Amino acid sequence: MNDSFLLDGEDIPFTPGQTVMQAAAAAGKYIPHLCWHPDFAAHGSCKLCTVKIGGRFATSCTVRAAAGQEVENRTDELDAKRRTLLQLLFVEGNHFCPSCEKSGDCALQATAYELGMLTPHFDHFYPDRPVDASHPDVLLEFNRCILCELCVRASRDVDGKNVFALAGRGTRSHLVVNSDTGRLADTDFAATDRAAAVCPVGVILKKRVGFAVPIGQRTYDRQPISAGLRADDKAGAGFGEAG
Amino acid sequence: MATAELEDILERHRRDPLQLLQILIELQAREGWLAPDTLSALAVALGMPRARVESTASFYSFLHTRPAGEYRILFSDNITDRMLGNMALMQALCDKLWLQPGKVSEDGLVSVATTSCTGMCDQGPALLANGRTVTRLTPERIDEMAHLIRRRVPVGDWPPEWFHVEDNIRRRDVLLDHGLAPGQALAVALDRGAMSILGEIERSALRGRGGAGFGSDIKWRSCRDAWGDAHYVICNADEGEPGTFKDRVLLSSYFDLVVDGMCIAGMAIGANKGFIYLRGEYRYLLDRLETRLAQRREQGLLGRNILGRGFTFDIEIHLGAGAYICGEESALIESLEGKPGKPRIRPPFPVTNGYRGQPTTVNNVETLALAALIAVRGGEWFRAIGTPASTGTKLLSVSGDVERPGIYEFPFGVSVAEVLEAAGARDTQAVTSAGAAGHCLAADEFGRRIAFEDVATGGSIMVFDASRDMFEVARNFAHFFAHESCGFCTPCRVGTAVNARLLDKLAADHGSPYDLDEIVKMHRLMQGASHCGLGNTATIAIDDMLAKFRPAFERRLHSPEYEPAFDLDAALSQARRMTGRDDPGAHLGDNRGALAEERAHAHGRATTTGVQGAPASAEPVSAKDLQP
Repeated sequence: MNDSFLLDGEDIPFTPGQTVMQAAAAAGKYIPHLCWHPDFAAHGSCKLCTVKIGGRFATSCTVRAAAGQEVENRTDELDAKRRTLLQLLFVEGNHFCPSCEKSGDCALQATAYELGMLTPHFDHFYPDRPVDASHPDVLLEFNRCILCELCVRASRDVDGKNVFALAGRGTRSHLVVNSDTGRLADTDFAATDRAAAVCPVGVILKKRVGFAVPIGQRTYDRQPISAGLRADDKAGAGFGEAG
Repeated sequence: MATAELEDILERHRRDPLQLLQILIELQAREGWLAPDTLSALAVALGMPRARVESTASFYSFLHTRPAGEYRILFSDNITDRMLGNMALMQALCDKLWLQPGKVSEDGLVSVATTSCTGMCDQGPALLANGRTVTRLTPERIDEMAHLIRRRVPVGDWPPEWFHVEDNIRRRDVLLDHGLAPGQALAVALDRGAMSILGEIERSALRGRGGAGFGSDIKWRSCRDAWGDAHYVICNADEGEPGTFKDRVLLSSYFDLVVDGMCIAGMAIGANKGFIYLRGEYRYLLDRLETRLAQRREQGLLGRNILGRGFTFDIEIHLGAGAYICGEESALIESLEGKPGKPRIRPPFPVTNGYRGQPTTVNNVETLALAALIAVRGGEWFRAIGTPASTGTKLLSVSGDVERPGIYEFPFGVSVAEVLEAAGARDTQAVTSAGAAGHCLAADEFGRRIAFEDVATGGSIMVFDASRDMFEVARNFAHFFAHESCGFCTPCRVGTAVNARLLDKLAADHGSPYDLDEIVKMHRLMQGASHCGLGNTATIAIDDMLAKFRPAFERRLHSPEYEPAFDLDAALSQARRMTGRDDPGAHLGDNRGALAEERAHAHGRATTTGVQGAPASAEPVSAKDLQP
């Protein structure tokens, strides 16, 4: 098969069944995204990967690639929308990059740099999201959650544990933990779980390893997120081949 | 809860995790709320992760994971309820019960809050008392209700006339005057067979009445052609669009035609099972509908071997629990499967991957009733009614500033002006043509026609006369969507909340033209980037109102320049409340902060922290309230 579509004017080959995102990643092309991860089924919720196909908006991580498609990706119009989406995510939670252990390894922060987001723009919501430090090895800092459900998917689909789920509705949506007490310590969660390493932001943090790599030398300090390296994939396979 | 009771409920639901929402609704009806232990016990009994039980329990407005009182009073808070004075009535009830809106009384007896439109706009203001609909509220009824609650009289023993719901049918056409006996359409359809019926539906050019107008024959044919272990028919009776109540009337008084339509759909697509997804607000209809289904089974009009023709089709009714998003067909299916009502990624569409992953057709109540009519009268007959692109008639739910609110059946192609004339509207300033999610028309557009090709509508027509403040209409809608966004995708989850905040900022006399531009900007983002129809339509009416009734918004602007949302003086309000001070020395800047705060208190804005969250001005909204 040598089917292909155009991504910002460049020919991108794809195999039948691939999404636009998968095909672009395999070809080393960056479409901004947060909830998409090459190892997991697409979720389609962050909407950062919104592209235009034939003039219509589409979510590139869920839409199938088709021969001859003309896909707009890094246009001024789409990047402006993505900046707004990032700003919405920043004001919805409590994100204080300078004091965050994930700074430099955070996909939200790195994507904001990539897209030139200079201010949060909107009024902050300042939600009240208590921290769960009950687990001996892992801290849950819910203030930074962007509701991408990567931990939900990893725990369910890889670890087979269902430790996490999203509860609530609208802006009251929040991550919950699978125990009677609601505390992580009362689950079978382990620091070696895939779900412990998949968080794109600073919610799921391993204890006692804070700042092991100095800020300035971290994944996205060394190269922009558009270069394709994922912070959760230290092997550095990059783009679509991780895992 | 006694183990035996829980066992009984679980047995009736076959211990099926897909029945989770129905089980939670029944448990809450017994207990008043869903305690953490209840959720844990349920998770064990159903063999599913507790976190997933919590997901569902915390998603639906009518399910409480915290105690909400023995009496749970929810005032319908559509703009039509506002116009009829619901906020003053709610405040009066709260005053009499010594309560704050959104909070449970200290003795755990009662809570009072708001809820989204309950579909009683033609007989409001309305409320739900422990889930039961009370219509036509008056200060007298509120007075007596407070007495009944304090004396702990069960809601079932309240005056029966309070629960009376009228049909208010004002204009009948071919559907509301159908003249068919129960089962008559079904008998004709069984005589003619599936392919013949599909042919008639195709010839009729019937389009879905929920508002999107998808061709019914295409939906049914693709569902029939899809491979699966079983096929399903779903009747979408989650009539949640603010201002619509026509499906309630069809279920109340035309139920046999709807059931005939479902059976015919089942025959046409090859299904043996159907569901009616009944919105929680219409819980009062459930027993009556169940009884009728049971009678039909006895009469051979439902169940095994219908009318002796070897066709088997049965119907189960599922309840919703306060979630507008479940009107979206894939969210409805998720809810039917016991999960939070979050729309699926589409494609695949329900016609191939629906309930339990099987081919499923989801049709509006009205569409199914019309399909039954078409089975008898034929597609050609139907197509002669209406316009070429929008065949047949449409049920319109008309409410707001009209003399005769109620149900109007008109052939498609009727002008908005004709509808207004029939309903007795005077001095009309604006009409929302498809509830909170559709366009808002100004007077120079009333010549336009109700039809998919012109003014498309699911049937919600709300009328606003010249005394109404369209800014408050927009603000009510913005809060509605912020409350109802499922929270799945970023633009809708956060965008609807930002919009509600922007309009509150204007309402608090803090706005600037910059904020108006922000509303437009959010409209452009949400339309296109959102995951489903809710986010894509949530700003249409607000954007229209801003464009067509700009002075109503500009009146609210404090400054021609930028105004920060952060208000130094308002930030001191908590300190003022704690110290009991309100003297000039306890304020910063000019005194507008103090004024805004005063107004906020007088108008019950304390409800922002409440269960339902929409802040409110206390009086019916009219221009005279706008005097500074």
